[in-house]
This record gives sequence, structure tokens and C-alpha cells, in this order.
Amino acid sequence: MKKLINAPDDVVADALHGVEAAHGDRFRVTFDPYCVIRADAPVTGKVGLISGGGAGHEPMHGGFVGPGMLDAACPGEVFTSPTPDQMAYATKAVDGGAGVIHIVKNYTGDVMNFDMAAELGKSEDIAVETVLTNDDVAVEDSLYTAGRRGVGVTVLVEKICGGAADDGRDLQQVAELGRRVNAAGRSMGMALTPCITPASGEPSFELGDDEVEIGIGIHGEPGRFREKIGPASQIAERLMTPILEDLPFASGDRVLAFVNGMGGTPLLELYIMYAEVAKIAAEHGLTIERNLIGNYITSLEMQGCSITLLRLDDEMVRYWDAPVNTPALRWGA
Amino acid sequence: MAIDRDHTVAWMQRFAEEMAEHRQELVRLDTAIGDGDHGTNMNRGMQKALEKLDASPPADPGAVLKTVAMALVSSVGGAAGPLYGTLLLQMGTALAGAPDVDLAQFTAAWRAGLAGVKARGKAELGDKTMIDALTPAIDALEQAADLTTGLAAAVDAAEQGMNATTPLVARKGRASYLGDRSAGHQDPGATSTYYLFKSAAETLAD
Repeated sequence: MKKLINAPDDVVADALHGVEAAHGDRFRVTFDPYCVIRADAPVTGKVGLISGGGAGHEPMHGGFVGPGMLDAACPGEVFTSPTPDQMAYATKAVDGGAGVIHIVKNYTGDVMNFDMAAELGKSEDIAVETVLTNDDVAVEDSLYTAGRRGVGVTVLVEKICGGAADDGRDLQQVAELGRRVNAAGRSMGMALTPCITPASGEPSFELGDDEVEIGIGIHGEPGRFREKIGPASQIAERLMTPILEDLPFASGDRVLAFVNGMGGTPLLELYIMYAEVAKIAAEHGLTIERNLIGNYITSLEMQGCSITLLRLDDEMVRYWDAPVNTPALRWGA
Repeated sequence: MAIDRDHTVAWMQRFAEEMAEHRQELVRLDTAIGDGDHGTNMNRGMQKALEKLDASPPADPGAVLKTVAMALVSSVGGAAGPLYGTLLLQMGTALAGAPDVDLAQFTAAWRAGLAGVKARGKAELGDKTMIDALTPAIDALEQAADLTTGLAAAVDAAEQGMNATTPLVARKGRASYLGDRSAGHQDPGATSTYYLFKSAAETLAD
């Protein structure tokens, strides 16, 4: 294992020191507990938005803290959910009197830790709503799994809810919008290589030189199947077909298409994938009204990508277009 | 014999040693069907718990368990933090300040802890989780005539429960995404639970 680190146990703290050094003007970074908080939080009268999750998915979530998106983010250890005291601290720090929304990706650990945070926070008299994301169609959603994982749609929920909160919408309205975005979004990912967590130093799974894993999770959880690598057009088809069939998307739908890199994939390849996605979308009569291409929800150095399609309505478009000013997403501001 | 405060501290110290010694084993088991962090996280959590016990020594067995529980909740993360935190918090609450704990009280505390774990994780026996080691071990304690034989029987039962997770298909947690591919691997959570009983037997028996 070769990594740009000092020591495996220090990666999260060391990275947070870098975030503080780079963005100290816009963030308040705390180390006990780990939190990245908007410098001007709490914003009086605005619904607060926080999220959190294991480190290793950067820029999610810390890179999305700022006006028009999140008010705070709580990083856990690499691929390990944050702890309840972090979210309780962040909730208190961003409550401007209008309540706080927890955006939680559907993983067993994340859900349990956010649940405990909500229980701890009850005594603080802060109104908390939870928006759970579970858009990964690769997982069979049944009694026999922990349910679908929250992946790419999380970025879209954070942006759109951020726009709505800035516009003065109340706690229930912002939470309801977030749930609507999650319900209208579907994703699926694939890997060309595994990733290596600093603590284990070993690849998260074995994959042959000529193989791809279709339906991969963002922690290297296995997907639906493995096959010999084919051209980008074939891989796009493998991801798009289950996405399109699941919602299902229908001819005439307006969509946001999000091609996300897993961390180790060049933007060159992501644009090749986007061309294939756009072609398949057109064949199905979908109109791509907005897009996002780049590394936004990653899995350390994994090579691969995920595709997210979101069926848009006017409100979602309005808040997607609203100004945002964060280290990882910035427009109109 | 009854369990007092010092026994309980010794139990937690022994469990911390087990987590440090078996860190790599737990990481390896978790890499096979999870995300490979269970040993690292439990070791970090128990080291934090020992610091807390040193800094402000609790007065009774229940308070010791609550202190460890809060340290785990605030330092482990993942699923293990809330689950072990809930287990020990419910046990500590059930012991309700008693300075000396007998077999019946100890068993009742485990029952309360198990109920908490089930409520938190929404899992049942046979889902390939720590519950598969906890349940038979608590049953063994319940049937025992005295603490020492009960602890010995509980360790055996926890070990059998741990081994019995190997052929199971996971229905909860990250391992559930593997579906049938999770069969053939021992559950890391059931394994750390086995070490919790093993360290109890080594420190709490006569």
C-alpha cells in the first residue's frame, strides 16, 4: 500500500487540519468532536442541514458545507459512520431556530448513530427531521437485506434542500422536498478496481485484471455480478438499464443526469461515460435538463463510476439552479 | 460469589486486551463480509473506555458498564458503537447501582442488554449478527446453578453460537448486501461478543 499519509490512525484528523488550513475563512473545524461547520452558523431563521458519514468519500460531505448547501458535516473514521455526539454537536451548532434536517445515507451504522443522535438531542428542544437516502438499485430491497444503500442521490438531496432552506422554506417543506428527491432518484455504480483503506492496507476485494464489478457499493461492497470488461457503451447499458426500469423512467421525463467518479477515474473517462448515458437517455425519450460530472461521492482510490438519474420537477430545477458556494460545488455565488 | 466494581473493571480491561490481541482477526473476518474495520474500531473504542475508567473511576458495576458504553458510543462509530454501547448501557441501567451483583442480577442485566441490541439493530436470532452469540450464552447463564459454572457454560455457548454463524446468510448490516455469498464466513460481531464472554469468564469466575 502506498498512500500520502503520515500514519493510518491519523488520516481523518490530518485531513481535517488541511481543510481548516485551506478553508478556515469559511469553516469552523472542530476536532473534539470532528465537525466541519459553516463559519456563520447558525443562520437565524433558516432550516439547518447537516449530514455525515465515514471519511473516504470526499468531497462528500465536508466539501458541500457552505451557503446554499449543508450547514455542517460530521466525518467518521474511514468508511465508518460518525458517532452520535458529533451529530448532536453539529445539530446544536447549526440550529437557527427553524429546526435541523439530518440527511442520512441508508447504511446500518449511519442509521443507528443518527437515531441515537436524535434521541440525545431530544433534551435540547431542537426540532429534527431525518431524510434517508436509499437510491442504489443494485441492492435487492427486501426483508433479507439492510435495504438499498444511499449513494449519488445524496449529493442532489443536499444541494436541492440547501436551495430550499436558503429560500426560507420551513422544516417540513424542506424535509418533504428531500424525500421527494430521494424517491425520484435512482443510482448504480461499478468498479474497475477495489480500494484500500489505510487501516487494513489490503484491497477491499479481489477483482481480476480483466474483470469489472457491476453494482458496487461505495465501500467496496459487492454488486450484482462480475463480468469481463467491455467497452464504455456496454458498461453504461449495464448501469442504465436497471436504473431506467426501476423507477421506472418514462419517455418525456425531464431528468438530471449525474456521472460520478469513484475517486481513481480520470475525468476523460467520465465524459466518455456521459456521452453514452446521454445517448441511452435520448433513446428512451428522456430530456436531460441538468447534469453533473465529476468526483463527488468517492470510494478512496477506487476506479469506476456511478450513474444517478433524477426525475425533475420545476421546484427541484429551481433549487438545483439556486446559488451555492462550497469548496466542491459553486455557482451563482 | 458476587461481582463487585473491581471485578467489572478487570472484565473490561481483559476485554480491551482481547480486542487489541484479536484486532487483525476481526479485521480479516470483517473484510470478508463487511468493510474491514471491526477490529480497528473495537480496539479504539475499548482504549478510550479504559482512559475514561482511569480518569473517573465509577462507584459500582453498573456505573462501570455505563462508562464503557458511553465511551464506545462516542468513539466507535459504525454499527458496533451503537450496538455495544446499547448492550452495556442497558446492562448498566438494569444493575441500578447495586454494589454486588449475583448470578440472577447478572443474567437479568444480559437479558436487558440483548433486548436493547434487538431494538437498536432490528435483528433477530439467525440473522448472522452478535445476537447469535449473545442469545445462547445468556440462555446458558440462565440455566446455571452458580456464577462460575454459568460463565463457563456461557463461553462455550457463545463460541458455538459464533461458529454457527458461518453457514448463515446475513440479513442485517453491510454483510446482507452479499446475499448468499455471505455464507461460509464467520460473523465478526458474533466473534467480538464471544470475546466479551471469554473475558467475563476469566475475570468474574471464582
